[in-house]
Amino acid sequence: MTRGLPAGRIGPTEGAVDLPPDDTGEAIGLSASGLTITFGFGPALFRDARGRDRFGIADRQPEALRTLPHFPADVLDPERSYGDLCVQACADDPQVAVHAIRNLARIGFGTVAVRWSQLGFGRTSTTSTSQSTPRNLFGFKDGTANVKAEETSDVAQHVWVADGDDAKAAWLAGGSYLVARRFNMNIEIWDRQSLGDQEDFIGRTKASGAPLSGGTEFTEPDFSMPGSDGPVIPRDAHVRVVHPDFNDGVRMLRRGYNFVDGSDPLGGLNAGLFFIAFMRNPDTQFIPVQNRMAKVDALMEYVKVTGSALFAVPPGIGAGEYVGQALFA
Amino acid sequence: MRKPALVALLLATPLLAACTENVKAADDSGDSRTVSVTSTDDGCELSSAQAPSGTLTFDVTNDGSKVTEFYLLGEDGQRIVGEVENIGPQLSRQLVVSAPEGDYVAACKPGMEGDGIRADFTVTGSDQEPSVSAGDQQQVDQALESYEDYVQDQSDQLVAKTRQFVELYTNGEDDAARALYPEARVHWERIETVAESFGDLDPKTDAREADLEPGQKWTGWHRIEKDLWPPATGYTPLSTKQRAFYADDLLGNIETLDGRVQKLTYTVDQIANGSRGLLEEVASGKVTGEEEIWSHTDLWDFQANVDGARVGYEGLEPIVEHKDPELAQTLEERFAALQKLLDAQKTDDGFVSYDRLSHAEVRQLANAVNALAEPLSELTAVVVS
Repeated sequence: MTRGLPAGRIGPTEGAVDLPPDDTGEAIGLSASGLTITFGFGPALFRDARGRDRFGIADRQPEALRTLPHFPADVLDPERSYGDLCVQACADDPQVAVHAIRNLARIGFGTVAVRWSQLGFGRTSTTSTSQSTPRNLFGFKDGTANVKAEETSDVAQHVWVADGDDAKAAWLAGGSYLVARRFNMNIEIWDRQSLGDQEDFIGRTKASGAPLSGGTEFTEPDFSMPGSDGPVIPRDAHVRVVHPDFNDGVRMLRRGYNFVDGSDPLGGLNAGLFFIAFMRNPDTQFIPVQNRMAKVDALMEYVKVTGSALFAVPPGIGAGEYVGQALFA
Repeated sequence: MRKPALVALLLATPLLAACTENVKAADDSGDSRTVSVTSTDDGCELSSAQAPSGTLTFDVTNDGSKVTEFYLLGEDGQRIVGEVENIGPQLSRQLVVSAPEGDYVAACKPGMEGDGIRADFTVTGSDQEPSVSAGDQQQVDQALESYEDYVQDQSDQLVAKTRQFVELYTNGEDDAARALYPEARVHWERIETVAESFGDLDPKTDAREADLEPGQKWTGWHRIEKDLWPPATGYTPLSTKQRAFYADDLLGNIETLDGRVQKLTYTVDQIANGSRGLLEEVASGKVTGEEEIWSHTDLWDFQANVDGARVGYEGLEPIVEHKDPELAQTLEERFAALQKLLDAQKTDDGFVSYDRLSHAEVRQLANAVNALAEPLSELTAVVVS
């Protein structure tokens, strides 16, 4: 499918009239649209809720691959959280991404079952210097300071699990951890905040994305620059709270998406940011930053986390190999 | 047989970059009521030293290296007609201000120190002359005073009823404690935005179980609420000793709050923001039934938040009436419409239990909250303009 070919051997319309097609057909005539598919393994693939070895691989469970702890403001829906495996399909055309997921789920019936799925749109973070920074549903540029593919030493330091990181899970070297968090935004209440307050919550201007300490979008924030009442970038501004300077230099490769799942029962938009981030070690990266954010970030007034999951993403595969071969071999 | 693995499917579809960028509209140079201001470390340049009376817009750009501020001051160079703060280097912000004919002083304050760099500014008479009311300051003073009185009075009642409540609770008079619980909380909810401004007291007093962070001890109203309306299974009631601990703790924190509240003074924008904030409390917690998940007394809190918002607004009403009569009328109507829905849920001893409301009724309440909260979000800007 990543080459624009059908999901099955025969094709959506090429087979016998008395059989269901082995490709569902909605991608007929569409290109591969940059489709990528990423697989991950959840903690429950290794051990069940009672800690028993499920598939004889418990001794290879990575140290950091545990159910994420409860964070303040987590209102998790178990039906939108956790999972043994994850499949992420990304494409420039939503129809192509949905086609991939639908056909993979169909092939898997009997071996796997779908626990939850989330459709996102409009990437909220740049992951390359060649992209302009997109906006999240708060209307702000998001991911200005993200780790970029071109920053190879940062990618090596913060994103990829290295040889020797985890003696039990040598198979994960060259892979990464994927944290998925469904941040529901309190859209209607956010929209009633004044422009100045919104900018103070984020710590950047809404128009250009420049830090409130001045300059343009990519100017480094000056957290010590004084303002009329404390620093000009407030102490609880999002950009300050999650900045590497205040988090032991920690960075993550964020690859989040906006989502809108219709309306909630009271007519509010059921929408927000589907946060996805890749990192070398959630214990030292995501978990401490999320705890700090939940405690002091001004944005927490306007979000509620309804879904959460952690997966270990094995390294990419070469010709003739299968996903996670080093784990199962 | 192996249990099928449960799969999480994540779909994500980046959108292609937008084809064209929006180009910001060029300055409307024909608009004589828009003045560009360029603030540098040692200068304050205005595109014009005068403008016709009416609603003026100052587009302030900081070309200096320090954070700057811009002020429009009265003729005496002291009275602040309008101000915009915290403009970082290379950033712009707007000041929109309603200015009648007269002499003014414009000032940039790079580095936010001293008197700033000043220049005379003249507003000439025009057909859009804003009406001036000599009563303005008097209206403001009155609003501030009555709000102060209101908060102090609510705080006094809160202390008295909390004292009564914890006494009943520690004595094991649970029925009476349950009856008093929502009545005591009304006084907290009416001034909730003030109470919450004390970041150390709020989590100890009003935290819900779901808000706790790991290691945080759960104390306050909702801890006792759960003990008085315990879940059917899996709950161990608090011992007499534990009850005494939580009761003393709550009363102590409420008394500390009261001590601080008595010393507070307010500004009109704080009152207006408080009014808006109380409606946000309704929208995010009360209308969803998340505040009182054990007692289901959410409608008491709901009414109390609305009471507090209305009192705050009513103090400011003469100012709003004068500056934006249309907004005043809308707010009046929408407060009334919301109150009518709440009145329909009143019973002899208070309100219908939240879990008895039908979905349609909750929906109606939510719609009425939105209808009021939206125009209420303009209140602050109007009263300080």
